[in-house]
Amino acid sequence: MGLEQFKNRNVGTQNYKVLDLEMPPITAMEKFKQVVSRTFKPELFAGLGVTLREMINALFRGKMHTTQYPFEKLPISPRYRAIHEMLRLLESGHYRCIGCGLCEKICISNCISMDTRYDENQRKEVTEYTINFGRCIFCGYCAEVCPELAIVHGGRYETASEQRASFSLFEDMLTPIDKLNLQQEYQGFGAISSNADENIKKTPLAY
Amino acid sequence: MSEVKTAENMISIKIDGQEYKAKEGEYILNAARANDIFIPAICYLTRCSPTLACRICLVEADGKQVYSCNAKVKEGMEITTSTSNILEERKAIMEVYDVNHPLQCGVCDQSGACELQNYTLELGIDSQSYTIADTKRETTNWSSILHYDAGLCIVCERCTTVCKDMIGDAAIKTTKRGGATLDKGLKVTMPKDAYAMWNKLQKSVIAPSNGTGETDCSDCGECIAVCPVGALVSRDFQYSSNAWDLKRIPATCAHCSSGCQIYYETKPTSIENRDEKIFRVTNEWNYVSLCGAGRFGYDFENRDAVKDESTFKNAIEAFKKAKVINFNSTITNEEALMLQTLKEKLGVKLINREAKAFQRFLNAYTQASGNSLYTTDFKEIMQSDFVMSVGSSLRNDNPNARYAFNNVQKMNKGAGLYFHPVGDTLIPTFGKTIEMFTHKVGQEELALLLIIKLFADADKLPSSVKDQLDANLVELLGGDSAKFEKSFEKMMKKKTSFSLMIGEDLYFHERAENIAKLIAVLEASSSVNVAMIPPKTNSLGVALICDLDSEASGYTIGYNESGDFRLSALGDGDLDMPAMNQQEGTLTNMHKRVTPTNAALEYHGYELNDIMREVVSAPKHTIDWTAHLPTAKGFKAVEFDTLPNGYTNDGQENRGYLLETTSKEVKEITVEKFSEGSELEGEIAYRCNPQRQFNDFSDKSHQIFEGFGLYASPAKAETLGKRVEVAFENGSLTLDVIVDDRMEGDIVAVPDFKSAENVYELFGESRYKTVTIREV
Repeated sequence: MGLEQFKNRNVGTQNYKVLDLEMPPITAMEKFKQVVSRTFKPELFAGLGVTLREMINALFRGKMHTTQYPFEKLPISPRYRAIHEMLRLLESGHYRCIGCGLCEKICISNCISMDTRYDENQRKEVTEYTINFGRCIFCGYCAEVCPELAIVHGGRYETASEQRASFSLFEDMLTPIDKLNLQQEYQGFGAISSNADENIKKTPLAY
Repeated sequence: MSEVKTAENMISIKIDGQEYKAKEGEYILNAARANDIFIPAICYLTRCSPTLACRICLVEADGKQVYSCNAKVKEGMEITTSTSNILEERKAIMEVYDVNHPLQCGVCDQSGACELQNYTLELGIDSQSYTIADTKRETTNWSSILHYDAGLCIVCERCTTVCKDMIGDAAIKTTKRGGATLDKGLKVTMPKDAYAMWNKLQKSVIAPSNGTGETDCSDCGECIAVCPVGALVSRDFQYSSNAWDLKRIPATCAHCSSGCQIYYETKPTSIENRDEKIFRVTNEWNYVSLCGAGRFGYDFENRDAVKDESTFKNAIEAFKKAKVINFNSTITNEEALMLQTLKEKLGVKLINREAKAFQRFLNAYTQASGNSLYTTDFKEIMQSDFVMSVGSSLRNDNPNARYAFNNVQKMNKGAGLYFHPVGDTLIPTFGKTIEMFTHKVGQEELALLLIIKLFADADKLPSSVKDQLDANLVELLGGDSAKFEKSFEKMMKKKTSFSLMIGEDLYFHERAENIAKLIAVLEASSSVNVAMIPPKTNSLGVALICDLDSEASGYTIGYNESGDFRLSALGDGDLDMPAMNQQEGTLTNMHKRVTPTNAALEYHGYELNDIMREVVSAPKHTIDWTAHLPTAKGFKAVEFDTLPNGYTNDGQENRGYLLETTSKEVKEITVEKFSEGSELEGEIAYRCNPQRQFNDFSDKSHQIFEGFGLYASPAKAETLGKRVEVAFENGSLTLDVIVDDRMEGDIVAVPDFKSAENVYELFGESRYKTVTIREV
């Protein structure tokens, strides 16, 4: 095992690089020249022309493209990767997560964390689970690697919130137990393919 | 790094067509590993006897299929590690292991570090051709530490092997599983070795060997370390973390003088608390075996320390007016050097009881023998075939010495002689040819004289020793001389190398100097190699670095000890210090090796180096002192960052460096006559810690349960009652009586692991004291 990581004690040093930028105008004359050259370029009128054309199309020719969000919402693909959901088993209502830690391991932005323990029923209990959505890049690896289809991506793409923490704990992502009947099976990355049965080899059993 | 391979016992072999060198008499598997060649093997453990449970290490040697863990290399041997037939066998073996193995890798603690997973992948097992009805196998807890999941167990017997061959407890064994019998037809259709392996596997499972559901052992946890699958885990660690989440920090265990290589494995405590926490301790179990304190006594860190300037100022004041520094051996070499610098610059006196006694003994030995340090390390002792122990309660003082004693019996068909006043029921179970002398306290000289009589060349003995050998030493030591003669003859059969380990009793002996001379005489006149067990963690380092004083008075600074101003790594002193798992530095262990340790956990308070900077002068880091350790005493002027900490594939210890030793010619030694009638009589207390307890730090750890009490044999405990007052000449202790069912005889043991109890004061310059005990 290498010892290099223990030998660097310069915790505070960073590798900053200075960019080679053009100097901004300094004197009043230089500033004035910049304003004039930016204002009287003919490209301005090309842009105004496009806007005028689209306005006429929308108002008089019935070609309006705007969706009235938030009153209207576009349908999203089942493979869309928005805020995660933790699913439950349909029969027992117990959460599906077994605490294997694969999502935590595969997460490339290192934003998943979980606490587990040995519980009274000799099972691995997930005592807490969190995703730091400030860091999550919604790559979908966690859903893909999950062996139990426990963590999946939902359709909740409105991620504005007063606090990040308000939707990143286990309970927040878990299907509410009273809405278990509404839980949808995940169709996105990591979901079982439609021909899964054909690809499985059965283990021989003696009984 | 240290041991130079001698050319004469190296032979050449061919592995897969390539020529390699190998040690003569080595197993093929080990020879291949030493040359960085991979042969799959599950059940084999280096330093233990081959079990032949897994049979996966099959190779072809000179055209014949052999088990590489069990067949020795010969000159010119041609080895093929894999043929089509062998590959077929291996694949079948792995398929068999996978039959009915629970598919719970997702939650299993071993997942990611599992040998069953690894070999299944390595051999490309992606289908199953065998089947058998499963048997219900219950999970059980064997002790307060051990958790066994029989369902996951592949019965490779590594746990039972290490427990027997290395640890010596033999607390677990294979027992009947009552599984379904194999279809006889398979014998024809299946690869031969896979069938034989399966046949055995179906019949066995592991259980405590005493027939109850609980193991009667020292809870060292070595069985957990060697388990290739998740069948054996500690109850504390179970399901708390995945192996890959943990950061491994190479370190040196700081509980006893063995200075074992360990890894602290850390990760953030929880989602709420992102401070690093040690989740477990692991080791390179093929090359080093830990004890329970090393493996489970890891959470002794000084967690809440902060830099408080006013207390720091007080500390500086205290150091400026200090006359005495009172410390113990749980300290790094660098800190010892700082204290020695303080002595040189400020003239303070240094008090360290255990290291002082050891230093006195070492000096007397050096004077008598001319050797700057004892000549043997415990690795060499493990190679010997006749091992002796004097003056150490082997089971309690130093686990590694005990493992060596046991390993010699098991692996080298060895014999053993054990001299100690406190009877022990475990030591005789190590082997068939072990003689125990439960002698009287004070007869340690006689034990050494007996060893001299048995092994020394009479012509080389000085007359002062020769004269003493005429006495009937065996009888004096409480043995039966006729009987002993007979058994000794048996013990000596085919023995070629002899070794002796000596312990703390001799350093804390009123005739320690004379004993040191006897050791020198023994070494000079016989082929017996002598190794010393330093009393506590870094006693050897402290004894070499510091110039210790025996008596001192005045304003005292206590470093993890009592004093007027207390520095404490336990968090209960006037100024906080980092605990051993929070600091980097080196320790000198009993193998005469200076080993590095790294910081596993954060520490936010002041260090001794900060005080040094204010009081005298100091470099930036504590480890900048490493290169300045005294070269005159055998240390090397090397920087801390250049010190390695690991083992090579052939088992060589590549950790830190060995102390350099010198030796010179000396005059003939005159030994005083052994003292007669100085044996202690009456009720005797022995200063000795229970297994898994060494100091305040092991005591602080939450998985070490052994309490501070009066340890007594079952028979003695019955006469004592539940709670007693033990009165010494200069004080008394009130203790609970705790039964140690492996103790024998009337001597009771008083632990010294709590420095606050000042047990050293009560015992003074000896490890034994006559006491009066009354029930309260």
